[in-house]
Amino acid sequence: MSDDVWILGIRMTKFGKHPNEDAIDLAAEAAVDALVDGGVQMSDIDVLAAGNLLGEGSFGQLLQKQIGQTGIPVYNVANACATGATALRTVMMAIKSGECEIGLAVGVEKVAGAGLLGEGGKASSANPVFAPTGRFGAVTTLDGRVSTETMPGIFSLVGMEYLHDHPYEGTPLELFARISEKNHSHSTLNPLATYTKQMSLSQIMNDVMIAYPNTRPMCSANCDGAAAAVMISGAKLKTLSLEQRRRAVKISASILTSDPWQEACQVLPDVNALTRSAAVQAYESSGVSPEDLDLVELHDCFATAELVHYDNLKLCEPGGAVDFFLSGATWRDGRCPVNVSGGLQSKGHPISATGIANVWEICHHLRGEAGDRQIPDAKIGLAHVIGLGSACGVHILERSAGS
Amino acid sequence: MTKVGNPVTQMPLVDYLVLGGDPHLVADECTSCGARFFDRRNACGGCSGRAFSKVRISPTGTLRSFTIVSVAAPNVSVPFIAGIVDCHGTTVRGLILGVDPDPKRLSFGMELRLTTMSVGTDSAGNEAIGFGFVADYEGGTQ
Repeated sequence: MSDDVWILGIRMTKFGKHPNEDAIDLAAEAAVDALVDGGVQMSDIDVLAAGNLLGEGSFGQLLQKQIGQTGIPVYNVANACATGATALRTVMMAIKSGECEIGLAVGVEKVAGAGLLGEGGKASSANPVFAPTGRFGAVTTLDGRVSTETMPGIFSLVGMEYLHDHPYEGTPLELFARISEKNHSHSTLNPLATYTKQMSLSQIMNDVMIAYPNTRPMCSANCDGAAAAVMISGAKLKTLSLEQRRRAVKISASILTSDPWQEACQVLPDVNALTRSAAVQAYESSGVSPEDLDLVELHDCFATAELVHYDNLKLCEPGGAVDFFLSGATWRDGRCPVNVSGGLQSKGHPISATGIANVWEICHHLRGEAGDRQIPDAKIGLAHVIGLGSACGVHILERSAGS
Repeated sequence: MTKVGNPVTQMPLVDYLVLGGDPHLVADECTSCGARFFDRRNACGGCSGRAFSKVRISPTGTLRSFTIVSVAAPNVSVPFIAGIVDCHGTTVRGLILGVDPDPKRLSFGMELRLTTMSVGTDSAGNEAIGFGFVADYEGGTQ
């Protein structure tokens, strides 16, 4: 059994439109770059965990055929928007078990131009004669008849519920637009983000309304992209070069949770309880407390989601997410910078890549390699993702003592 | 005038909506832990118990959350208000009807009452009846 696991190499591709590259091309680019970043080769890798939600299956093996078929075990993982974090966690468990010393986690998606995601985004088949089907005995589609089944609407309900539970005197649209204003502002410093334009509060508020209070720039940017990480046991890392050890980032916590039953979870997916549980476990297992975090990348799939996760990740007092945000704490010059990458709203959200790309962002800062957007002297960071259904991944990362 | 041909048959949009003179929602309640479910369950998600009994859900409640959906799939008419309603301890999802799709017209905690509406007729003449919630003013609707 090895005690600790480290990120040895990690990379993400540019997020955005990649019309001339398929998912395997993007994944191969990220994987090879991560291997080079870590100073190792495919022949050094003992295990591969790979995720590509919208692909055709056996994605990991398809990737191997482009970068090296070494016969190692492949785990093709799928966990909605937490697929990337699940790939990391799978490799983590393989190394922790002592069966492997070095592993590779890869996530990729091509989503540019996909439009609305969710059940309602699919064309409904014509139903000439009503007949009860499915677990609700529904005679026709329920989107727009019983509720909303698209992601912007669901996450608007999540954010508005927070304002029900913790009354806010101002206008919800303006509050959530301010969160988006922050992330779009942050994105101007990230050359790998899909969108890198500053947006004013009024631009965001007056853009196309998708589902109140989320306007278009307050929604995840659908884009193409991949990310990959090489992970290594502490024992194996000790045998590598000083430079490799200096740049390695310690994984102080790697937690994956699913949604525990809650009274209302059958009508509105509960993204709160599983995130709170993951955060508590991550803080306990790492000995890190929320005040120790130099930066956080959290799953702002919509501006409304970012608010609730300030609370769920214990970045603020219980119920205090609005005041915490309005204090300026989560801007890059605040006391707890959140989504300095631009977040999913501007960096983009290539589903299976997201849970590795946000770890890359943290590592980039911990290694002191984040250039113009470097958070000075960053030592500890947290990366969080949520996949509806639901799955939550939280990773706490710490820079090497030698750096 | 008497209609010739098959009479229109009304069917509930979902099987947890009970039609008739007193339309209401029903749930399967876990006999061990009291968790309530609108869809068919193999066992309870809360406690894994396997016995359920039918319970009637209160037709009145208060608004916990809402969104006004302006962009949806091509077959979904917009805008519509999707609401999350606390029906005296059981959380229900349903559209908020009879209110302009304007956030200023909606407030958290507003009193609501279940109502039914037609959601269309199929080629055999069956009419599907759905449900939603309307503002409830002092026990009556306006």
